[in-house]
Amino acid sequence: MYGGGYIFDEPNRVQQREEQLHDDPEKLAAFEMRIANGEKIEPGDWMPAEYRRQLIRLIEQHAHSEIIGALPEGTWITRAPGFKRKLALIAKVQDEIGHGQLLYNAAETLGKSREAMINDLLSGKSKYSNVFNYPAETWADVTVIGFLIDAAAIVNQVANAKGSYGPYCRALDRICYEESFHLKQGHDAFIELATGTPDQKAMLQDALNRWWQPIMHFFGPPDKASSHSEKLMQWKVKMASNDDMRNQFLDAYVPKIQELGLTLPDPLLKKNEETGRWEYSDPDWDLFFEVIKGNGPCNKERLDVRKWAEEHGRWIRKALMKPGTFERQALPVA
Amino acid sequence: MLVDQLLKELITKMGDDELIIGHRNSEWTGLGPVMEEDIAFSSMAQDKIGHAWALYRILHEELGGENPDQFAFMRSEKDFKCCHLTEMPIGSYDFSLMRHFLFDHAEAVRYNSLLQSSFTPLQLLARKVRGELKYHTLHADAWIIQLCKAGEESYLKMQEALNNCFQLACGIFEPGPNDAMLAAENIYPGEEVLYEQWIEHISPVLTKAALDLPERKQPVFGGRSGKHTKHLQPLLNEMGEVFRLNPEAIW
Repeated sequence: MYGGGYIFDEPNRVQQREEQLHDDPEKLAAFEMRIANGEKIEPGDWMPAEYRRQLIRLIEQHAHSEIIGALPEGTWITRAPGFKRKLALIAKVQDEIGHGQLLYNAAETLGKSREAMINDLLSGKSKYSNVFNYPAETWADVTVIGFLIDAAAIVNQVANAKGSYGPYCRALDRICYEESFHLKQGHDAFIELATGTPDQKAMLQDALNRWWQPIMHFFGPPDKASSHSEKLMQWKVKMASNDDMRNQFLDAYVPKIQELGLTLPDPLLKKNEETGRWEYSDPDWDLFFEVIKGNGPCNKERLDVRKWAEEHGRWIRKALMKPGTFERQALPVA
Repeated sequence: MLVDQLLKELITKMGDDELIIGHRNSEWTGLGPVMEEDIAFSSMAQDKIGHAWALYRILHEELGGENPDQFAFMRSEKDFKCCHLTEMPIGSYDFSLMRHFLFDHAEAVRYNSLLQSSFTPLQLLARKVRGELKYHTLHADAWIIQLCKAGEESYLKMQEALNNCFQLACGIFEPGPNDAMLAAENIYPGEEVLYEQWIEHISPVLTKAALDLPERKQPVFGGRSGKHTKHLQPLLNEMGEVFRLNPEAIW
């Protein structure tokens, strides 16, 4: 699952300009021509330094989002109610880790190792999707995540799958295929609560109210405030604008939520039939940036879990690097 | 009628072992030492929990037992018949890996023996499960051997894990009062026979890994009669937390 909201951090403009100056103009023109023709760029191909840098950032943060995104739902595996939900949730969270693995592999083709990416995640240098810095408080939260966050992620990932970098596109094709099952499971569990007992329905409404703002944040700041460059669109690194993706999501899913008799906590939310665009209250963007900075409700908890995994797994990764190097001396006969 | 009771006891303890170890394995989801192991433990957890579900369905459909969800999520601790090995917290990866190795080989010999069971539903389940267990034991064997050959630190950790797990694992084979009758009915051969087969299965792997098999001195018994470690009740509380909000509701 991934939202592309803030993947394009403030670029170092001086450095960027220098790098662009160093790109061979003929090669750059040929590269841009290939992209304009809809060709895919492959790992051994020439590419501008800035293209490589932005792709590593994009894919790496997507990979981090998968393995961190596994955590809020993962904590509910042991509490999932009934065999059916328990098995579906383990399978789903397992898929997310598998997506992380696929994406780290895709990013490695650009020259950054998995270890280096994980280290940057743990040090806070590299980010992951903001939405996973909120807590999953009840079982209903799991169904909201499984339905709506996955749905939002699919909007984003289907767009990115049409991008220009071959290994990333191929990873995304497979990811989208699996995510479509997650969405079905999530929708099914969501409907079960929405049409269940009054307590179940109340639990779901409460979760929806709490998750609505993070969902609106998911696609990132409005286009008018977003600093993404034209270049990234031209290079097909970024495939759709934040507002377009948000609109596409609202168009597809608000009716599905409302038809179940649930409400959304935004009195201004409505579709303008003339423009075809959804109108809504501006979510709190200051809060969004605070959470990116590390001050969200669960930033520390999420990274602490990853640190635990990295620290406790270190001896195993060390051992994997030197297979077959140790033979125990024969013990003296007692 | 008597045979039904014996079958219920056998299937309950088998299903409870699977559910509880599956629950523990699932706790590795998101925490594995490398992503590939994270995925492997999740995958095995799904299989184990799937086996538990299948066993509880046999109880329900063939032997008049409760609905599997009610049986798994609502039962009280003393009615669980899992062995203590399965209840232990995941601890560190060396413990979980060794537990997985010992448990999965035990499971493999058990289901192998059930291929000849006179009770058809178990025989059919054994045929299906055997294919999955082949991969679980391959996975465990490969990791144990690799870690034991990759340096003194990882070798010593595996030996220590074996020492810590072995008496607990012997508790898988806690003899039941009715083993002889189950054997006479050709349902399964009894725990002592399975124990011997298990030692035969794990010994070659331990030899390859140069690990010393501890002696069976004080096997940890009690689980089969409903006496458990302090770790089971909190696990059951957690497992049933949502389901018990409304056991009649559909989730």
